[in-house]
Amino acid sequence: MQNIILQCRDLSKSYGGKMALDHVNLEVFSGRIVGLLGPNGSGKTTLIKLANGLLAPTSGEIRINGYRPGIETKRIVSYLPDKEYLNNWMRVGDLVEFFSEFYSDFREQRALEMLTHLNISTGDKLKNLSKGNKEKVQLILVMSREAKLYLLDEPIGGVDPAAREYILRTIIGNYNPDAAVLISTHLIADVEPVLDDVIFIDRGHIALTASVDYIREEKGKSVDALFREVFRC
Amino acid sequence: MNWTFTNDRPIYLQLTERLEREIASGTLAPGSWVPPVRELAGKLGISPNTVQRAMYEMERSGLIVSRGTEGKTITEDTARIESIRQDLARQTLEAFYREMGRLGYTREESLRLAEEYSLPASGKE
Repeated sequence: MQNIILQCRDLSKSYGGKMALDHVNLEVFSGRIVGLLGPNGSGKTTLIKLANGLLAPTSGEIRINGYRPGIETKRIVSYLPDKEYLNNWMRVGDLVEFFSEFYSDFREQRALEMLTHLNISTGDKLKNLSKGNKEKVQLILVMSREAKLYLLDEPIGGVDPAAREYILRTIIGNYNPDAAVLISTHLIADVEPVLDDVIFIDRGHIALTASVDYIREEKGKSVDALFREVFRC
Repeated sequence: MNWTFTNDRPIYLQLTERLEREIASGTLAPGSWVPPVRELAGKLGISPNTVQRAMYEMERSGLIVSRGTEGKTITEDTARIESIRQDLARQTLEAFYREMGRLGYTREESLRLAEEYSLPASGKE
């Protein structure tokens, strides 16, 4: 059965008078891979930060699996920030241990398998890895948790096409019907085949929520093409 | 497996059509096991829900049969496979006549041309 994993009701967030999110109403269901799509500055990162409690709403509410962001939700939310956030001097093996101690739902064996598959050694220091491999390590750590909600902020932003493909396949390979995956990106063509649903966000407003099948069936075009129409400058 | 999908139609429909063709041509043999949903999704780089939906459609049309917890197989109903094969052949021919008609050929002329081209076509790429 599909459950509501993420719910926003009249959710607003303003930074010193500027509305980053303006009365957003939204539901994300379990078992779905959802694209959060919008141009830079549209509110994607703000929404994701509200979902994992890094920001507090100005008004309205956001709930994850029924709870307001807090200790309960940190247990079930696995978050990949849009920036490098791991300590560069750490070894990959230290990071795996670190995650293992920190998160009770972390599947260490799974993470190690994926790293071996990439020929990344646990003895490698993060700072000696290529940018693509660093991003892969971060994603592997995040996807190795048995979470209910995965929040991936620009997971394929700065990497080459081969690394993108690896990252998308890793997301598919860890698919869990009880969990939802929210992927924010502006690189729509690349992620489109992986997505079930999309949310278009425009200057803090939800411009559209629909399934990818619906868009293709009803409009006869890709999400990417529709996006370019909606957000034409 | 490196199947590509176009952007203008739902991927589950394209996957269903592709599987139909593979079954009709015998590439996917009657009674053979269908890979698990997640494995297929990973290979094709598409959402597991999309694969699931295509499987549901294939089961509904009887070309794929669920074997409970063991998985799914291609049907062994060869009469059913043959009828799909004939449907696909008919669609291919309809498209052929339609395109030839657009070029101004009658059905007779189209057929004659098809005869003429059938021999060299097998010898070249």
